[in-house]
Amino acid sequence: MARLVKLYSQVDNAKKQYFIRNRIAEENRQKENEAAVRIQSWFRGCQVRAYLSHLHKNATLIQKIWRGFTARVLFRQRVKTAYFIMKMNFYNKMAVKIQQRWRGYYVRKYVHNYYARKRYLEGLTRKNEHIRRDLEEFAELQRNERERIIQEKEEQGKTIQAQRLHFLLSTKQCPGVFNSPFREEPDEMELRLRKVKPLLARSAPKERKTPNIIPDLSNLMPNRERLPPIHKKPQGPFRPALEVQQQRQRPLEPSLRVATSITALEEAREELKRQEWRTRVIDQTFLPFLKTSQNKRCEGLMHTSTPFEQVAYGTKHFREEHEEYLQGKKPFKTVFTTCHVFDKFGRLYSNAGNIV
Amino acid sequence: MSQRQVLQVFEQYQKARTQFVQTVADLASRPQNTEALQNAGVMSLLRPLLLDAVPTIQQTAALALGRLANYNDDLAEAVVKGDILPQLVYSLAEQNRFYKKAAAFVLRAVAKHSPELAQAVVDCGALDALVVSLEEFDPGVKEAAAWAISYIARHNAQLSQAVVDAGVVPLLVLCIQEPEIALKRVAASALSDIAKHSPELSQTVVDTGAIAHLAQMILNPDAKLKRQVFSALSQIAKHSVDVAEMVVEAEIFPAALVCLKDPDEYVRKNVATLIREITKHTPELSQIIVNMGGVAAVIDYLGDSKGNVRLPGIMMLGYVAAHSENLAMAVIVSKGVPQLAICLEEEQDDHLKAVTAWAFGQIGRHTPEHARAVAVANAFPKLLNLYLDTESSEDLQVKAKKALKSILQKCTYLPALEPLLYEAPSNILKHVICQFSKVLPHDSKARRLFVTSGGLKKVQEIKAEPGSAIQEYINAINSCYPEEIVRYYSPGYSETLLERIESYQPV
Repeated sequence: MARLVKLYSQVDNAKKQYFIRNRIAEENRQKENEAAVRIQSWFRGCQVRAYLSHLHKNATLIQKIWRGFTARVLFRQRVKTAYFIMKMNFYNKMAVKIQQRWRGYYVRKYVHNYYARKRYLEGLTRKNEHIRRDLEEFAELQRNERERIIQEKEEQGKTIQAQRLHFLLSTKQCPGVFNSPFREEPDEMELRLRKVKPLLARSAPKERKTPNIIPDLSNLMPNRERLPPIHKKPQGPFRPALEVQQQRQRPLEPSLRVATSITALEEAREELKRQEWRTRVIDQTFLPFLKTSQNKRCEGLMHTSTPFEQVAYGTKHFREEHEEYLQGKKPFKTVFTTCHVFDKFGRLYSNAGNIV
Repeated sequence: MSQRQVLQVFEQYQKARTQFVQTVADLASRPQNTEALQNAGVMSLLRPLLLDAVPTIQQTAALALGRLANYNDDLAEAVVKGDILPQLVYSLAEQNRFYKKAAAFVLRAVAKHSPELAQAVVDCGALDALVVSLEEFDPGVKEAAAWAISYIARHNAQLSQAVVDAGVVPLLVLCIQEPEIALKRVAASALSDIAKHSPELSQTVVDTGAIAHLAQMILNPDAKLKRQVFSALSQIAKHSVDVAEMVVEAEIFPAALVCLKDPDEYVRKNVATLIREITKHTPELSQIIVNMGGVAAVIDYLGDSKGNVRLPGIMMLGYVAAHSENLAMAVIVSKGVPQLAICLEEEQDDHLKAVTAWAFGQIGRHTPEHARAVAVANAFPKLLNLYLDTESSEDLQVKAKKALKSILQKCTYLPALEPLLYEAPSNILKHVICQFSKVLPHDSKARRLFVTSGGLKKVQEIKAEPGSAIQEYINAINSCYPEEIVRYYSPGYSETLLERIESYQPV
């Protein structure tokens, strides 16, 4: 009991104590809470930082390795390309060298061959000289021809002059104008006068009628029977008038070829046939037996006793006759061609039977 | 009695008409009478006479009209305005050959003056009538008709197209084959007039086979015919390569060259024109001509002729040389350059000189060798004179300058270049000095010669703007020589020497 009493005595104290303690606890609680938060924050901070730094370290590692890898790849590639370019340059240089040689050779051989060109130019000069000489010769020839023609004309003119002046020819008795006795030799004209014959004396030219005096009567009398004049003045030795008249009035004489029809032969045959038909006595002619000619055999030769006989080909006939080949073919037509030289021979104004 | 009297009146009237027409025709044959005749109203009097009952009077009236219309275009216009053409065209189809000839003459005289008058002739349907008379038997009528057609066709492409459309060309080709020289001549000239306008027209002429017939006549002795034939061939060949090749294939060539020696200068000129028209197309055609010696023949022909006749020959040389350096060398080898130099010397006309300068340019512009050939012929001073001469025409100056420039750019023949140093203006001098600057570094003899002949001194005297091309060339020349020499030859060197004497202090 005592104990209980003791306990009771202590209850108040305990209560007081309890309140005090509660109060103190209340008082410190804020502080403690803050302290706890602080500690927690620090710790958490440390923890997160440690984690982050760990992550960073790892990321750097990865990056380092990756970058190193790619850079190595890139480098290798660059080396390759550089090597390739170097090679290409070398090859190009060599190709240029080869092309140089080939092109030089090719051009010198085919495109601009110096010797060929030289030869060509030499050939050209030769050709030019040739052409020049030819043209010169040709021009010379032409010039000579022209001069000759001019000279001939002059000569002709002089001859005509001489013919006109023929009366000035000197005679035995008196010398002519061109044959002066005071000169050593006669004039050139004198010699010419001796050579030529005088012109025939012509009667004085008739007064020509002006054409407008004759009225044009052609539309009044259209069909006058008048032969046209051949020449203005008559010429030459003439045949007798009667013959000429006959010649001019001669009727048309066509040549045999023109006069004959092209079917004349057939017509003549027809005519013959018709005549025969008209005049024949029996209608059915007597023909020899058809087979006789076939059955006939060649006689043996007189002086031989061989069974071989003479062949008919070459002695009796000359041609194999195959009638079947000739069926449906027309026989040749004979056309008369005439030699018209003789049609008019001696009937025209002609020398030796020439056609005029 | 009375019938005779009546007839007498008619006879008198007819006589009077005939006399009138004949007198007018005679008077019309002299040009000084035309004005008086026109003033007297001859047109209105001649017109009814064209319809006269008597054929002689009709013909003579047409003849008089033709003569009048031939002199000047006023009278020709009067003929057109007087409505005379339809009558003529109508009767061209109807009447006899003498009248046809006279009517064709009138048409020709009218059409000759201007394209408008020719068009008027075409408009009144003359072409069909002329075509009909081309088919006539009489060569005189054909000749007159062909002549009229030629005069119509020569004005412009339209008119000659009209002529072609009328179907004239085959008939003209037939006319060429006739034996009469005069007809051949006129037909060839008509073909030439038709073909000259356009490629199509010349193709039409070619299609009728004219070339072969024309080619047959080139050795005809008649000079006038040859003129027309060559003119026709050249007019045909000038338009296109194909036709030119056809002309060459007609095998005219060695024969045509012979005609370059013809006594008639127009024949020569037309042959040269033909060759020019052929060579101008392609290098191959030029090569053909060169290979058969055409260039030599043309050069000889240049030596034989004078004046305008030379023109096509010179142009031909230029065209040939322009195609390739081989051909230019062929011209040089054929001694063309001295001949051209002679032409440049002798000729007075500006256009001939211009053409010659052009030809020189074409020959010399290929390689140094070509330029040297031109330089040796002493062409530079002449070209320079032409360029500097104030009396030369603008065209000539331009051509001479171009030629000089193109030759100088290739020339390495220094003796010919040196005189130019003293005479040439700066725009030519530039090229001359450029050539020196190219040659001197590589040629020691030339360097020495350049100093002794005073060229270096002249070069130092040139005042060039610093930085310009000419200054660069001068520097290049100077760098070929030691510095003292350059200074010795520069102007004002003696003064600097004297100054040095003054400033020199004897010790």
